[in-house]
Amino acid sequence: MKILVCISQAPDTTSRIAFTEGDKAFDSSGVQYIVNPYDEWYALVRAIELKEQQGGTVTTITIGEAACDPIIRKALAIGADDAIRVNAAPEDSMQVAQLIAEQAQAGAFDAILCGKETIDHNGSVVPAMVAELLDLPFVALATSLEVENGIAKMTREVGGGEESVEVALPFVASASKGMAEQRIPNMRGIMSARSKPLNVVEASADAPTSVSKFTLPPEKGACKMIDADRPEELIRLLREEAKAI
Amino acid sequence: MSVLAIVSIKNGAPTKSGLEAASYAANYAASQGMTASALVAGEISGDGGLGATGIAKVLHCTEPVTDSGQWAKLTEAAAVQLNASAIVASHDHFGRAVAPRVAVRLKAGLVAGVTELPSNDLVRKNVFSGKAVADVAVSTAIAVYTVTPNAFGVKDAPGQATVEPFSADLGIAREKVTGFDSASADGQVPLPEAELVVSAGRGLKGPENWGIVEDLASALGATTACSRPVSDIGWRPHHEHVGQTGITIRPNLYIAAGISGAIQHLAGVNQSKTIVVINTDPEAPFFKAADYGIVGDAFEILPKLTAAAKELKA
Repeated sequence: MKILVCISQAPDTTSRIAFTEGDKAFDSSGVQYIVNPYDEWYALVRAIELKEQQGGTVTTITIGEAACDPIIRKALAIGADDAIRVNAAPEDSMQVAQLIAEQAQAGAFDAILCGKETIDHNGSVVPAMVAELLDLPFVALATSLEVENGIAKMTREVGGGEESVEVALPFVASASKGMAEQRIPNMRGIMSARSKPLNVVEASADAPTSVSKFTLPPEKGACKMIDADRPEELIRLLREEAKAI
Repeated sequence: MSVLAIVSIKNGAPTKSGLEAASYAANYAASQGMTASALVAGEISGDGGLGATGIAKVLHCTEPVTDSGQWAKLTEAAAVQLNASAIVASHDHFGRAVAPRVAVRLKAGLVAGVTELPSNDLVRKNVFSGKAVADVAVSTAIAVYTVTPNAFGVKDAPGQATVEPFSADLGIAREKVTGFDSASADGQVPLPEAELVVSAGRGLKGPENWGIVEDLASALGATTACSRPVSDIGWRPHHEHVGQTGITIRPNLYIAAGISGAIQHLAGVNQSKTIVVINTDPEAPFFKAADYGIVGDAFEILPKLTAAAKELKA
């Protein structure tokens, strides 16, 4: 099975969030980038597990400039076979989806897996756009994935439970918690990642949306402490002050 | 020109986040001097309560549609018929699968997870897991918005919508739903839609102690949740895990007991309107993000809160 995994870089969760260029751009100075956790922990690891069970290849694709190479090498160290990087700054979900779809079409993949969302823009819409651009079935928020005789069987989060869904290959899915467990790359993986192919492609696409301004939310006021001997006071405040219950 | 909401149906009625999308569409349409319609597929009675969100017309496809590609085709046909300049969906499992496909079909810019109505051609959404907001401009003639659940809410608008049958050539369904497993406890609102959430972490010391969490949740009519370590060691199911790598929620009230408040946990809950933290450690970082705090033992505090909540409701 040929699997394509969409990998995005994201600022480490503990990063200080600040903006630059008149609050139009994220201030990346001093920020440590990681593989977007949903892409890495769930989509990539499940793709590698399927390859280990059934043979095939795992290719990663990233839309981004050369600064993304370290996180791509990490994905290769975890076990992907090769990588594509489309050398373009990601600006919008439609632009990113178009660039992924072009490469995916050329590669004739059996499965395209993505994380359910990135932890910076939290859009979670690229996977379904890729599916529509390629006219493929799509499963959002998949929590498990098995492939047998050309059929992918998945469970997915829906309100109030999990649905079982089946689609024929090829397909697109976005991965959520439960699909796989995080893997730490071993020394052999890290060494071999250096020599695995990372193919850089030049391409561009239009971005129909743009961020006009980023703003930090207002600081939270001080926490009101309530005496542990009078917890019923909390219930009163939640009703009368916060109007939450 | 008009605004079209696409609304998913569950058990014969629009979902809560679907009604919120409808209300968003109706209020946006009103602000632009337009009318709003809603597209539904499957069995509903009357207008499904959509008129009461300000929707003027319901386009009703009587066949249930579960395939996201078919839903997109249906939406495209409705958007063309209505000359829609904006399409609105919920930012839940339904909208995340259908709205992006609609955006591709209509060559429309999509803004995901909006929290407020567009104003001066900009629309606001949360980014960086709630640590910032972005005002986004759309340059295409048609815009698609997905609305964050529990952000905009439903603004009551007394009214009844007209219901018109609607159908389109949908092609074949390729995504086959073969089963459903109701994961949440009896009667609980699904976590992404819940307005009240009671959550607990390792401070509870073991899965056998979750009764006091469930009791408080039941007294408040809340949904239970948990921290990542608790779901990783199997004390609670995965779908209850809120946080960076689990699910993100935005309830009106989030009560956290025995959770220290690691930054990864905060990323999943920091958009909650009111946060209550109960922890034995006065230095727990979660207190910095909380509105109300109690330094104390969850085993003593939770039952007292349950009793007080029951008294209040009585």
